[in-house]
Amino acid sequence: MSGTATADKPREARADRAAFRDLRLEIEEFHYDYADALERGEVEQWCEFFTDDAFYCIVARDNHESGLPLGLVYCEGKGMLKDRAFALRNTEMYAPRYLNLQINNVRVHEAAGTTIRAEANYLLLETLVEEPSRIQQVGKYYDVFERVDGRLLIAERKCVYDSVVINNCLVFPV
Amino acid sequence: MDGTSGFPANGSGAAAPADLVWPADETQVPDWVYTDRRIYEREQERIFFGRHWNFVGLECEVPKPGDYIRSYVGEVPVVVTRDMEGGFHVFENRCAHRGAEYCREYRGNTERFVCPYHNWTYDLAGDLVAVPFRRGVKGKGGMPPGFDMTEHGLRKFKVSAYRGVIFATACEDMEPVEDYLGPGIREQFDIIFDGTEQVLLGLHRNILPGNWKLYQENLKDPYHATLLHTYLTTFGLFVTSNESDIMVDPIGRHSALLSRRPQGRPDVSEEDSAQIAAYREGLKLNDESVLNFVREFDSSWSGAAMTIWPNMTALRQTNILNTRLIVPRGPDELMMIWAVFGRASDDEEMTRHRLRQNNIFGPGGFLGIEDNEALKFVQDGLRRSMPRVGLALLGDDEEETDTIITERAIRAMYRYYRETMAL
Repeated sequence: MSGTATADKPREARADRAAFRDLRLEIEEFHYDYADALERGEVEQWCEFFTDDAFYCIVARDNHESGLPLGLVYCEGKGMLKDRAFALRNTEMYAPRYLNLQINNVRVHEAAGTTIRAEANYLLLETLVEEPSRIQQVGKYYDVFERVDGRLLIAERKCVYDSVVINNCLVFPV
Repeated sequence: MDGTSGFPANGSGAAAPADLVWPADETQVPDWVYTDRRIYEREQERIFFGRHWNFVGLECEVPKPGDYIRSYVGEVPVVVTRDMEGGFHVFENRCAHRGAEYCREYRGNTERFVCPYHNWTYDLAGDLVAVPFRRGVKGKGGMPPGFDMTEHGLRKFKVSAYRGVIFATACEDMEPVEDYLGPGIREQFDIIFDGTEQVLLGLHRNILPGNWKLYQENLKDPYHATLLHTYLTTFGLFVTSNESDIMVDPIGRHSALLSRRPQGRPDVSEEDSAQIAAYREGLKLNDESVLNFVREFDSSWSGAAMTIWPNMTALRQTNILNTRLIVPRGPDELMMIWAVFGRASDDEEMTRHRLRQNNIFGPGGFLGIEDNEALKFVQDGLRRSMPRVGLALLGDDEEETDTIITERAIRAMYRYYRETMAL
């Protein structure tokens, strides 16, 4: 199994754990803002967490581990993120729902210059009208952050989900 | 053992439930075809285990000797393998001993399948090749002396691989897949599966809380295309005034919705813009490259959405190529297994183009989300409200095949369905 490919760096190799701790707190705050935007359905705001040439994809774990590149969502560049946001806001038909996006187990793997490599677990709970809450996605973010003008932005986010069999459909991104 | 024996009876004798009577008006479809457990079980026997070819996967899902995938015939879990000589096999995912579903991986490569419970071992053709402690221990126990391993293999389906597509049937004397498709449908099928080597880009899986036939109907229904999928009209991918053709095979089981995308944005007629609430002139995508159409087929149609009875859809839409395997899971639920592919000759940019374009389909795609949501809405309505009939009355059975506001293909499917089901 190669699902934890970016997590195999020995902990001892981390030279400056205190600096990483500060970075982890900063990234956690980033995740909370990110989750908040999606929970409120602010999809246009969601795009602003990314760099202009960001890569964003949501990939089933079995595909990921088999080296199959297909994404449930596959966006190269902010333009494609904005087009998805526009479609969700203006053209897509879907049942109303409450979203609850939990992001935790944040780990910083590497910080070099303005680039930070990190990962986190995520859990998307979805509640439809008069239906019990359900897990829509459980997975892991493999992230590359870029610091631009002091602010962290996502340069690359690969969302690899364990919940391979999707409950009907994934409407909002994670 | 005789290859395909041991399957459940394919229902040639049993009478239909007497309380279920089809409406006299052919444009009506009764709710109970989507909700009744007896109908569902009859479908398993007469349709999925009857005289039909079931789609089980693509050759590019099992590209190397020893490769296997999990798949389904009707609701029944099966394993699809490629043996060391390159031949394909389809057999049940249920140990012949105690019934354990032994294959638990989405895909893999192996020389044999070992049931973990008692280590009964099967080869890539589904034949039983080893049973531990056959002679017992210290002369005690073990298998009866007459135990014959050749009689206790996995139940196997007849298999046919046609142009990279693997089909299986429980029927002993099926016609070849080419004949099963029939000439017109086969011609369209052969354009998608044009004989060049395919390469798998990945799979999507989703459970849809709806009856399996709703998915067949969805792809036989051009009426919904511009009304539900306003992404198509908003960004000029498809409008009802595009040239189209709704092809149905002579007995009504397969179909192809063919469409031609004009160069640039389509001309939107007054009828279009009046009927389609979301149409807004001049809206453009930030990244229009998603809609690029790299010509790759010898066809005047830029899109074909095909249904192959009973459990397959095949799509080419601009440069999106996919199949969907419909797995019934009780009257109220189906699982969809999407296989998305490209060609072995694709360069990196073409592969990325296909991956970007695939944002349109799949259970996270602009159209996929809407179809899955709409079909859930239908099943919720059928399942919970006062029984009634559904209507499929648009268009005319003798109409010109370029008629798009029509439910002709759905009616044709139900004529064939009623005959097969003796309803």
